[in-house]
Amino acid sequence: MKNRMVKLFSLLTVGSMVLVGCGSSDSGSGGGSGTTVISTVGSTTVATPMEVLADAYMAKNSSVVVEVQGVGSSSGIKAAYDGSADMGMASRTLKEEEKTWGLTETTIALDAIAVCVNPANSVTTLTFDQLKGIYEGDITNWSEVGGPNEQIIVVTREDGSGTRGAFEELVGLQEDRDGNTISTIAATALVQQGNGAVQSTVASREYAIGYMSLGNIDSTVKPLAVDGVEPTVAAALAGTYKISRPLLVLTSDSANDVTKDFLSFILSAEGQEIVGQSFIPVN
Amino acid sequence: MDKLMRYVFMGCAAVTILSISIIAGYVVANGVPFFAHTDLISFLTGKEWIPSGHIYGIYPMLVASILGTLGAVTIGVVIGISTAIVLVEILPPSLSSWLSKAIDLLAGIPSVVYGFFGLMVIVPLINKTWGGPGAGSSLLAVIFILGIMILPTIIRMTEVSLRAVPKEYKEGALALGATRLQYIFKVQLRAAQSGILAGIILGTGRALGETMAVMLVAGNTALVPDSILSPVRTLTANVALEMSYAMGTHQQALFATGLVLFALIMAINLLMQYILKRAGRN
Repeated sequence: MKNRMVKLFSLLTVGSMVLVGCGSSDSGSGGGSGTTVISTVGSTTVATPMEVLADAYMAKNSSVVVEVQGVGSSSGIKAAYDGSADMGMASRTLKEEEKTWGLTETTIALDAIAVCVNPANSVTTLTFDQLKGIYEGDITNWSEVGGPNEQIIVVTREDGSGTRGAFEELVGLQEDRDGNTISTIAATALVQQGNGAVQSTVASREYAIGYMSLGNIDSTVKPLAVDGVEPTVAAALAGTYKISRPLLVLTSDSANDVTKDFLSFILSAEGQEIVGQSFIPVN
Repeated sequence: MDKLMRYVFMGCAAVTILSISIIAGYVVANGVPFFAHTDLISFLTGKEWIPSGHIYGIYPMLVASILGTLGAVTIGVVIGISTAIVLVEILPPSLSSWLSKAIDLLAGIPSVVYGFFGLMVIVPLINKTWGGPGAGSSLLAVIFILGIMILPTIIRMTEVSLRAVPKEYKEGALALGATRLQYIFKVQLRAAQSGILAGIILGTGRALGETMAVMLVAGNTALVPDSILSPVRTLTANVALEMSYAMGTHQQALFATGLVLFALIMAINLLMQYILKRAGRN
């Protein structure tokens, strides 16, 4: 799937290069009659909905080509700063130094992950450290965190999943080994593919714990408060719920009109509906 | 006209052979480069599977696949062959044709439905009865589901070969004073053995290759199982679970997993042909 995307986008990139070559002086000016290219570079998490947004936008504006490159948040922020991209994409808040670069931050969506247990479980809240302990396999019984004397069944997503990556990053379930950032989630955890499978696994087992995108929670599972904060859209927006991160688009003040128009498309009802397929829309 | 149709049929055969060779070639071409990263021996014997740290060992999956298949085939052989005997020799024809249709239905159920049934019924049942570290998701659940799934194959193959045993054998055995059971076990099953073996081996191949149903009930923990209640991950589940997001070496490692699976299934097929040839000679 990813590979196909990569191929598709390299094709798009090459294709747009050819187009840029033909359009010559018109490209990038935004006002001309030729093809305008908007390049978006950055976080792979944001790149996923951005690809869909780009397709939808290009279908409406045949004179615009939107390129999407998923290379990581830091590179995206830098690309927006040095002008090599029209838009930077980031799935984290900006660092102090990056804030001084004068980029305009636009939050296009939020990625929040809810930790949930079976509704029959009496536990309603966990501290951040308890959560980390459970996933690393240091805490194995619910009685250690104020629950019944039962073994904890830990459920996780498969390696490579974006939700798993975000969860590991936000809860600190990563360590360095030989220069690679590796997951510290206990090997004994059950692995399920997809939010739905995690949900039904937790729903069918009384003492299981799992995590999934906030948008996937329904009444078959019970979301837990983390450090006393309930996982709600409001808490994620306010930044008080810790297992959440903003999906940002960064533009410079000198952004052209087409880029600005694309950005307002992302924030429009149609754009937000696309984003909302996997994340929490902001508008 | 004859000539034309000959080419049409040859063309169709060529398409089959071509697709098999393309698939084999693709898996090999994508899997083999991986062995520059991890050599075959440490790939097969490595106990750790941590794609984020580029550590790839499929020993736990290999063990799970082999144990799961062996267990399923044991169940399949015992229940399947007994069912076929009942169908052919014991039940009256009207009842037996009814049962036969039910078995055909069993063969037509999509594997994801078996998996869903396993996840919603078998897994909670195992959890309630025995518990275990995977809360029901376990090697036992895999064996159970695979056992049911390969039943139609084994039953059908056994049934056909039992029916193919010449009538004279039965008449002769009974005339010599054999009881019905003596005839079934000492004459009929022996005469039909090559067909039954073929059924068992086909079932083994199916069990080894099944993915969706297994993935739903196995728990997919990449650890060597220490009991029948431990959650496991099979070779097929490993590929299916991680393929959607895998890139670079990780993707190659999954192709290499597929290659190992491919080799296993080829080995089983060769074994089947060898056994059939020997049985045919006797």
